Amino acid sequence: MDILSLFVIVPAITIFVLVFAKNLKQSRLIALGGMFIQFLMSLNLVYAYFKERQVNSDIMVFVKDTVWFEHFNIHYSVGADGISVAMIVMSSIVVLAGVFISWKMEELPKEFFISLIVLASGVFGFFISTDLFTMFVFYEIAVIPMYLLIGIWGTGPKEYSAMKLTLMLMGASALLLVGILGIYFNSGAEGGALTFNIFEIAKVNIPVEAQKLFFPITFIGFAVLGAMFPFHTWSPDGHASAPTAVSMLHAGVLMKLGGYGVFRIAMYLLPEGAIIWSDFFIVLAVIGVFYGALAAVKQTDLKYINAYSSVSHLGMVLFALLMLNKTSWNGAILQSLSHGFMTALFFALIGMIYGRTHTRDVTKLGGLLKVIPFISVMYVIAGLASLGLPGFSGFMAEMQIFVGAFQHEDMFHRVATIITVSAIVVTAVYVLRAVGLMLMGPIKNSEFEDLPKATWYEKTGVILLLIPIIFMGVTPIWLSDMIRESVQPFIERML
Amino acid sequence: MDFTYTILIPLIPLAIFLLLGINYNKIKPAVSGVIGSLGLFTSLSLSYYTAYQYYFVVGKVDGVYQTFVQKWRWMSFTDTLSIDMGVLIDQISVMMLIVVTTISFVVHLYSRGYMKGDPGYTKFFAFLSLFTFSMLGLVMATNLFQIYIFWELVGVSSFLLIGYYYTKPSAVAAAKKAFIVTRFADLGFLIGILIIGYYVGTFDFMELTSLEGAAITNWASTSFMGLSVITWALILMFMGGAGKSAMFPLHIWLPDAMEGPTPVSALIHAATMVVAGVYLVARLFPMYFFVEDGFALNIVAWVGAISALIAAIIALTQTDIKRVLAFSTMSQIGYMMLALGVSSYEGHDGLGYMASMFHLFTHAMFKALLFLGAGSIIHAVHSNYLQDMGGLRKYLPITHITFLIAALSISGVPGFAGFFSKDEILVAAYEHNKIIYFISVFVAGLTAFYMFRLYFGIFWGKDKTYEHLPHESPKSMTIPLMILAFMSIATGYIHFSEYVTADHQSFEAHLNYPLAAIAVSVGLVGIIIAYIFYKKPSGLPDKVAASFGNLYKWAFHKFYIDEVYMFITKEIIFKRISTPFAWFDKKVVDKSMDLVGDSIVTTSEKIKGLQSGKVQDYAFAFIAGGVVLAMVFIYNWII
Repeated sequence: MDILSLFVIVPAITIFVLVFAKNLKQSRLIALGGMFIQFLMSLNLVYAYFKERQVNSDIMVFVKDTVWFEHFNIHYSVGADGISVAMIVMSSIVVLAGVFISWKMEELPKEFFISLIVLASGVFGFFISTDLFTMFVFYEIAVIPMYLLIGIWGTGPKEYSAMKLTLMLMGASALLLVGILGIYFNSGAEGGALTFNIFEIAKVNIPVEAQKLFFPITFIGFAVLGAMFPFHTWSPDGHASAPTAVSMLHAGVLMKLGGYGVFRIAMYLLPEGAIIWSDFFIVLAVIGVFYGALAAVKQTDLKYINAYSSVSHLGMVLFALLMLNKTSWNGAILQSLSHGFMTALFFALIGMIYGRTHTRDVTKLGGLLKVIPFISVMYVIAGLASLGLPGFSGFMAEMQIFVGAFQHEDMFHRVATIITVSAIVVTAVYVLRAVGLMLMGPIKNSEFEDLPKATWYEKTGVILLLIPIIFMGVTPIWLSDMIRESVQPFIERML
Repeated sequence: MDFTYTILIPLIPLAIFLLLGINYNKIKPAVSGVIGSLGLFTSLSLSYYTAYQYYFVVGKVDGVYQTFVQKWRWMSFTDTLSIDMGVLIDQISVMMLIVVTTISFVVHLYSRGYMKGDPGYTKFFAFLSLFTFSMLGLVMATNLFQIYIFWELVGVSSFLLIGYYYTKPSAVAAAKKAFIVTRFADLGFLIGILIIGYYVGTFDFMELTSLEGAAITNWASTSFMGLSVITWALILMFMGGAGKSAMFPLHIWLPDAMEGPTPVSALIHAATMVVAGVYLVARLFPMYFFVEDGFALNIVAWVGAISALIAAIIALTQTDIKRVLAFSTMSQIGYMMLALGVSSYEGHDGLGYMASMFHLFTHAMFKALLFLGAGSIIHAVHSNYLQDMGGLRKYLPITHITFLIAALSISGVPGFAGFFSKDEILVAAYEHNKIIYFISVFVAGLTAFYMFRLYFGIFWGKDKTYEHLPHESPKSMTIPLMILAFMSIATGYIHFSEYVTADHQSFEAHLNYPLAAIAVSVGLVGIIIAYIFYKKPSGLPDKVAASFGNLYKWAFHKFYIDEVYMFITKEIIFKRISTPFAWFDKKVVDKSMDLVGDSIVTTSEKIKGLQSGKVQDYAFAFIAGGVVLAMVFIYNWII
């Protein structure tokens, strides 16, 4: 079995075994076991990747190709470069942390873990695929369980949120399908056979007219998932209603599919379309960055704060991608990774705070540093990471984006860049506002004077997420160089 | 000479921070204080050793002080641009090492007494170490991005320490304010760095300040709105510096920052972090001086002069001892800035640069002393307010004498350190810009007056009714005071022009007797007025205050600058921008999306016969679909 397909097979086996689980204890152990193997495999993948890279300079390594549906030339083909390897590692850590955070999922535990792992397997499948159609299938596998996870295990107006989220993402995938088919039917433009394989298509120059038509469709299809303004509204409601682990996975991993898809598919296959449309989408991305941050300043629900913060941070990913140069693309990928860990950490901590106080309203909380020091300190650290403090992952990603964006000399890009850079001040405002209201100050409610401390599984989950944030922030050169190298063949298409 | 070992100077405090921070509830308070102080003592010894090596052994080659750089790649942006981490040893960085480690060490010693019994004792020492690490990293930075990284880290340490008493709402508010205001200023800094990176193609200090480098020789190549882009970058970077150094109009966070524990005020908000802006300008001085004939440097000079004046006026009226000292700090940093601003590059014309660094050095000593003295006073009377103090010289003899020394030093009385450094600043100002010179002299008078207003008000006058009789602080607190008192006199006798100069070559600086005489007499007038006003309680100060009418009121309310900011942030940004945005998001963007959803629901109402809700129907559809798919597959397989 090849090293990449295992990332889909292990979750599948885990799901199969989970079917026989009888209670919470068994379900969580099975889920933990499966995801722990997944985690070890991802670490092994990093090692294997570096080893393979020394002898193999193809764009993708570990390539495997099996015909799946010959009539339409659909293949199950996998391959990985530095970017997918990094994404896989990130996903496996977030999923594993998610299992730890759901340690006490009393309600229908078996079904919960099954849905969670189905979602995860879709994500892994997406990251390893190099065939448009297979990618799309995995994408759908990842999106569908969201409806169940929010609708059944959610809180608040869960049916509404679940419906809204699913409908919007489905609408996006409809667009995406159109985009993918558009690319497919143009892949024979130079006389070859129609193909879904990304790297086969990349050898063909799709006619500019077709690129112009299909780029925005594909871009929006992915960007909805990346919470691009004005298609972001599913995200705050969806997150607010979702159970903790689902929020973590969704914001941490699933939303990354958006940026990743834009990078791998929309921009790589439709480079001229990207150049034509970039200015238009830059405007939307910049609005998203600034607007998300400003909207977060006003929110009182912790999950809404974080959801809008995600809109802002992921807007920065799209912004960076649209800057169309190597440094900013490197920054976009790094920002995706960094945001994945950070937002998962945030949601995990918010879940813990909510589980103890039964409120997420920052104006009702106060002085938690004294009561639950571990969780509070971690929240402060996550906040500092989120506002781009050096030493944490966000800083280096943002700096790559800013330096990259500054390579454009014209007024339009300059202004867009400076507005985006300014958002870091607003970020500081909403982060410190939440920290100040919730963690510092006097304790506002006497019920909160004695809350249970963090348990071992909560601590494990949190620390799992914190380590990569610090690792990326303190020694960025390895990851950054690995991704830079992998971005190179993609940026060459732009030049 | 290999200076690589100097990397240990910041790394030791970092190690201590990690040790104390991770085990903060396991280590006994007494132990953590000792660990912190010992660790810092190691850094201190290394710094003094480095200073000895640099200034007296290997630093000077053929009369020119050399720069030693050791750096490693941290992250790459493009093939040519990257962030390096490393250590840079030159005249000002070594001087700053001495300042930072000395003050930090003294503050560590002092805090062991001052913070005794505090529940967060270990955490406090952890934060002190974190700050010291960041500050040392900042002064030894080899490039703009490294200085920016540590710049942010000192900012966050400052945030953590101001908000140290985190259950106190005012401390939380102050910490937030300090961070956000400086962050706003840092935005300018960052954009400035990005401009430099793009137009000059390097972040490295050595290349940027080299007289043959692209920045200095080729600044005119690109311009924007009539100014060179490099000038814009310098102005923007100075915005960052002005934010950190609490220059007008970005100073509003500094008085509030006094909510932090007093040793923190002494270390961060008097001696080290707040001079980072001065250090930044000094670090890039050749750029400020040569690019566009010193356009940006002129701005530095005027911002410095205005800040010095405004802060001194406000300091006259404040009643909280720490706030008086905070405004005094701002005023003195204004001196340093204006001295840099009026300086030239070569030889004796570079007097302002030297004077600025000299004043930075002496100011660190006497201002830290004033703050620690204030801490000792607050410790004794449990209040920050002047009206609760009086006649304390009997109870706090050591604090009294040391405070007096610091006050004489800052007032520029001959024989004390402040006299020497301030005299150089006045000479530099006199030689280059007469208006700024007059402002400086006037500020010198105001300084003497407000300092002695404090001194007489606290130590003389009538006893107040104290809850329990004030008593002198323990030795752990008074010994640091004595060390600093010694420094507040002795540092004045260092021949600074020998060691720290703009063009790296020593020159001879002499006292300018006529100018010194003017400054001293202005200072004495200030002291005498303070003596008349405050030596014995009288109605005189109130009468004079009343005669100034609105001016007094405005100064007392810090010229309402805070209110202006509050108006902009609360009323305009929060209420007029952020709230409508949130409303817009909920009501317009979201509603239109819901509308799409609703229209689908309406459509589906019409065709809902298909969705009967009966499991059998779905099962039928499912099986039928499966059969069709299977047929397609089989068909495909056969063909």
